[in-house]
Amino acid sequence: MREKLIEKGLLLVAFSAVAMIFLIAYLIFREGVPLVAKVGVWDFIASTRWAPSKGSFGILPMIVGSLEVTLLAVIIGATLGLSCAMFLAEFAPRWSVRILKPMIELLAGIPSVVYGFIGVVVLIPFIRRTFGGPGFSVLAAAIILGIMILPTVIAISLDALNAVPPLYKEGSLALGATRWQTLHRVVLPAARSGIIAAFILGMGRAIGETMAVIMVAGNALTMPTSLLQPVRTLTSNIALEMGYASGDHQAALFATGMVLFVIIAILNTIALVIARPRT
Amino acid sequence: MDSKLSTLDPLNPRPLEPSLPKLETRNSKLETQNLNVFYGNFQAVKSVSIAFPCKAITAIIGPSGCGKSTLLRSLNRMNELVDGARIKGTILLDGSDIYRLSVLELRKRVGMVFQRPNAFPLPVFDNIAYGPRIHGTNNGSELQAIVERCLRSVHMWDEVKDKLNDSALRLTDEQRQRLCIARMLAVEPEVLLMDEPCSALDPIATLRIEDLMRSLKEKYCIVIVTHNMQQAARVSDYTGFMLLGVLKEFGTTKQIFTTPRETDTENYISGRFG
Repeated sequence: MREKLIEKGLLLVAFSAVAMIFLIAYLIFREGVPLVAKVGVWDFIASTRWAPSKGSFGILPMIVGSLEVTLLAVIIGATLGLSCAMFLAEFAPRWSVRILKPMIELLAGIPSVVYGFIGVVVLIPFIRRTFGGPGFSVLAAAIILGIMILPTVIAISLDALNAVPPLYKEGSLALGATRWQTLHRVVLPAARSGIIAAFILGMGRAIGETMAVIMVAGNALTMPTSLLQPVRTLTSNIALEMGYASGDHQAALFATGMVLFVIIAILNTIALVIARPRT
Repeated sequence: MDSKLSTLDPLNPRPLEPSLPKLETRNSKLETQNLNVFYGNFQAVKSVSIAFPCKAITAIIGPSGCGKSTLLRSLNRMNELVDGARIKGTILLDGSDIYRLSVLELRKRVGMVFQRPNAFPLPVFDNIAYGPRIHGTNNGSELQAIVERCLRSVHMWDEVKDKLNDSALRLTDEQRQRLCIARMLAVEPEVLLMDEPCSALDPIATLRIEDLMRSLKEKYCIVIVTHNMQQAARVSDYTGFMLLGVLKEFGTTKQIFTTPRETDTENYISGRFG
């Protein structure tokens, strides 16, 4: 009897988490869909003019901005993160793994506003001095995001590398392969799906990040044509304008969230499909 | 009987004490002299001196934990993958210390097959071509020839010649173990070490792998570790019996299984323990 009660209780709690997702999706779509219907899907996602007070709701520059920042962030984060995971999995002495792993996990615990702060104080002046431009830019946002997704990329790709059966490694070493040959010819291909999942989940984190991006991206409402130009992302747009928006403007921000929601859902689905163990 | 055996046998039957005269090594490909292997403070192999002859199969038998796998793995330095592993003593390949070779060169010359068939999750072709490729053979037709030759020598060519681009993981356990043997042959080793190569296979597959081993011994020095005594009796020419890290007895398989000198050996092969 008591067993049953606990079981049912846990089931309820588990489902309430799922219910939350549906509730959020429902609220966003309820506010967003009517506006998109009014403006037209194509005009909403493919027009470059965003002037809510004049009735123009084109979010293309922000879609492009989000994707550009995210892609570059993933390139940075994936390169650093995978290298780090490979080192930890194959080359690092055990004592250094014991120190490095918790420190990397600590990186995930730093509030994003702190990343943004460091970006403003250190990175922005550096980019301004080195490459010119205002400093607040696609590049700055991508670098900050690239560092922010490191813990995700490292943790998941490290798990993927460690999950490769040691038998494969032994088989390769026994044929006279070096540790590097073993890593890149046997271990990496065997861990490929997990590593790709790590990149995609990192991508999901990068595209959803808001605070740090607002602080370093410059948030200009133009189509970003250079890495050194300021850019506004979908998340920044919502956070910056929600405070004073009303009516259609507010609905348009919900619709922006809708687009973001769909992009992230697509990314997560891809990650799940790729990470599924093949038979 | 005893004295007759030890004169016929090119190998010293009881090379336990270092004070014994040097082993007769005229015919041996690989030998250990007074080998001790440690994992941290635990000594897994104690003063083992054994010589493995060319073109013959030598079986190492003994109960679990007797150090037979450790002995085998120290012959191609695979024991070093375990943290805290170290050895004391000498291992000679063709009469020269294996530690004078690079570990890569050693493992190329002394190949190994594992207990569980560990074909890589790659196509059949790439599995065999793996060794030649890492050692610098990249010519397509050359690789093609190697793959065919190696698959033929494990009697598998006709079965898989149309499946060379399929993943090796789709093969049966027996086929994968054959593939692992073929993969090892592709780097042209001189010694084949086999660590319980049939323990994951059914009895029929086991017999077929044993047939394969008999055909391979024409060219190679084969050392097999097994806890299956019938297998040792069926397939090997020489047998060593290990217990608690010590090589208790070594001789021709016939002698070990018919007239063992040690009571431990007799008890083990007659099934009284192990």
